[in-house]
Amino acid sequence: MADNQKVLDRVIIKFAGDSGDGMQLTGTQFTNTAAMLGNDLSTFPDFPAEIRAPQGTIPGVSGYQLHFGSVNIFTPGDECDVLVAMNAAALKANLRHLRKGGTIIANSDGFDPKNLRLANYADGINPITDGSLENFRLITIDVTKMTRAALTESGMGIKEIDRAKNMFVLGFLYWMYNRELNYTENFLNEKFGKKPDVLEANLKVLKAGYNFGETSETIADRYIVNPAPMAPGTYRNIMGNQATALGLIAASQKCGLDLFLGSYPITPATDILHDLSKYKHFGVTTYQAEDEIAAICSVIGAAFGGKLAVTTSSGPGIALKGEAMGLGMMLELPMIIVNVQRGGPSTGLPTKTEQSDLFQAMYGRNGEAPIPVICATSPADCFSAVYEACRIAIEFMTPVIFLSDGYIANGSEPWRYPQASDLKEFKGNFITEVPEGGFLSYKRDEKLSRPWAIPGVKKLKHRIGRLEKTHETGNISYDPENHEFMMRMREAKVNKIADYIPLQTIDNGAGER
Amino acid sequence: MSATTTSAEEKKFTSKELVTDQEVRWCPGCGDYSILKQVQTVVPELGIPREDIVFISGIGCSSRFPYYMETYGMHSIHGRAAAIVSGLKCVRPELSIWMVSGDGDSLSIGGNHFIHLLRRNFDINLLLFNNEIYGLTKGQYSPTSHEGKVTKSTPMGSIDHPFNPIALALGANGTFVARSMDRDPVHLKEMLKRSHGHKGTSFLEIYQNCNVFNDGAFEIFTDKGSKKEETIFIEQDKPLIFGQNADKGIKLEGFKPVIVDLNANGNSANDLWIHDEKDLTKAGILSRFFDRPEGGVDHLPRPFGVFYSADRSCYEDGLKAQIELAKSKKKADLDSILKGRETWVIG
Repeated sequence: MADNQKVLDRVIIKFAGDSGDGMQLTGTQFTNTAAMLGNDLSTFPDFPAEIRAPQGTIPGVSGYQLHFGSVNIFTPGDECDVLVAMNAAALKANLRHLRKGGTIIANSDGFDPKNLRLANYADGINPITDGSLENFRLITIDVTKMTRAALTESGMGIKEIDRAKNMFVLGFLYWMYNRELNYTENFLNEKFGKKPDVLEANLKVLKAGYNFGETSETIADRYIVNPAPMAPGTYRNIMGNQATALGLIAASQKCGLDLFLGSYPITPATDILHDLSKYKHFGVTTYQAEDEIAAICSVIGAAFGGKLAVTTSSGPGIALKGEAMGLGMMLELPMIIVNVQRGGPSTGLPTKTEQSDLFQAMYGRNGEAPIPVICATSPADCFSAVYEACRIAIEFMTPVIFLSDGYIANGSEPWRYPQASDLKEFKGNFITEVPEGGFLSYKRDEKLSRPWAIPGVKKLKHRIGRLEKTHETGNISYDPENHEFMMRMREAKVNKIADYIPLQTIDNGAGER
Repeated sequence: MSATTTSAEEKKFTSKELVTDQEVRWCPGCGDYSILKQVQTVVPELGIPREDIVFISGIGCSSRFPYYMETYGMHSIHGRAAAIVSGLKCVRPELSIWMVSGDGDSLSIGGNHFIHLLRRNFDINLLLFNNEIYGLTKGQYSPTSHEGKVTKSTPMGSIDHPFNPIALALGANGTFVARSMDRDPVHLKEMLKRSHGHKGTSFLEIYQNCNVFNDGAFEIFTDKGSKKEETIFIEQDKPLIFGQNADKGIKLEGFKPVIVDLNANGNSANDLWIHDEKDLTKAGILSRFFDRPEGGVDHLPRPFGVFYSADRSCYEDGLKAQIELAKSKKKADLDSILKGRETWVIG
């Protein structure tokens, strides 16, 4: 076999099938095995927008893209090298993303007349037999038949047997890319430990897929993708929304303020709400408000009360929050507005990605309302970027917008996670005593930041509001000179943040690849 | 609202100490002055340290209120005070939070937050100044203006059907629903105290005269000549009696309220409807005493007082309980969550 092993520096595989075909699991298993082998990687799941789209149709196709290599990997990739198509709809939906000469691994049972019809192929047309795929390398396997054959003696029903189909494909790919089965075997042992017959069936089919590669001579080549030159250390896999949630919790711990999340469910930001709601033991409050506006307003209330306050949303929700962001800026209270961007305008493409809101983040408010904007560059980067957003908000008494996007939010990559003790502490501008010369709610420090005097503190009672205010006293003022002065002051305050961040590197993607 | 704990010494302050250095800018003769005065009179009697009191408003004439109260305060954006109050109460349940709003602020632009605030039952006091007009924008009809109301935006009369704020609050499952008026300081003070005393969202509708854009909107309820005939002051365990000489009563025939003449033979106060704040069904019927005097033979007086008061758990208490339970079950270990479930070593 050694003769026909080829070394590749990177590969992009797209696993595609019906929502019920277990493609997300197949993809994550292959991903985790690659990670354990030391490949660098980046992934992106591609879910259908419908919750239960009709089986076998194009809207029902669920996909998972993995880009792994022996070189540094920055994105899940555009065109894939290998397309796994469990049915006709999966092929039709993804073929245009396969590079010329790429490999198609097709489950022939998914190309029966019924599936072809559901995928809207014309009568009598079957792409895997009519030669239309001649520009690609087509590997056709009757996965269903093979799986059933492997489990004839299991005593299981056909429905249950068919559920193990994805393990056959996974086993075959493990053979093709010279991967060990042990990571997935351990995973199956853990998952089905209490159901020995299901465990046995899955292990058997996984091995059957691997052995099929070995014995069938379906393809002549096997591939080797060596470990990537990654910085030494301990790694885990992380998705962008997960990293955002962890970054917020870490920031809350390191500034000593309980975290308050006021949010309204919206794709693709909702997973941050789901994630944070599991961390109540860290003192995290998650408040599912009645709408987007209520969500950010609850955050303004929590910030006034002295907490690390955050709202999470996506484009259309951010549009609704515009007025309240202006209020947050005017009140000069710290808060983080997370925008996990999606395709726009209007409702746009909720489940698809687009970096569509940079201008909305910069200018999407009435009047002159400068707010610092911080963007993450990758899933793991969400952690440090949102941590930095929290630090800036708290130290400068300002709302901060944190931009992520659907690609980053749902994509994953290996993360050399930090130790809690490595994270830098920071603290709020709280005052608890009347300073010399008296308390002035808008008196600024060297960062041009105002004091954070929270309810419950004696002698610092004061009123804040949305109207233009006088320098230092915070009293309402309609004076034009004062208004100009205050606008310039708020601008200067945001500009001043540049003095307190490291010199930034401009990366326009012109470097590697 | 319930009180917080501080020593008696710290709680002591006078009404005068609640006055800020800000010039009060409501129109001369506005009903808001009376409400401000009653609030400044009542608050020192509640035994709460001043620094634990927060007044939060939205937008409208009423919403200038926080600037005139020497406590913590926030003048926020239109309709959203309820949402701001909710967030603050989540994280600072010990504070005494008062929300000041108007018929436009709470029932029009902020209608959604209003019903959700009542549903969640945060322990706060909501004072809704109802003047049945938009004052700050200079005289357009509001969601409580009656049909046919001629205003700057309805020169041919309003064709909008008005809200019944008490019925709306009951429909949103408010746990404390009451009504008072600017021109009855004694009753208003009593209702403010009751609002504070209730644990949960206390909704107090206050009829407030806008003498510039809707003067006399509530005159029949406040004017000496008509007040006794047109209003009924409801009190716990007391029969529903009203009238110039307290000679009229209301009894229930099935679910239908009927006015009876107490001077007529065979009618006794013992047969009348006895007010029970805990009775949601009766509160619902009372809330429908909402017709205008031109209503004709079935015309009923307008009730003032506590329509409904019930115990129900507050959102912030449930929130606190869950966080405490989670903390008691699991240690907050940042390193462990950073590490996650699966790791691998490179190098």
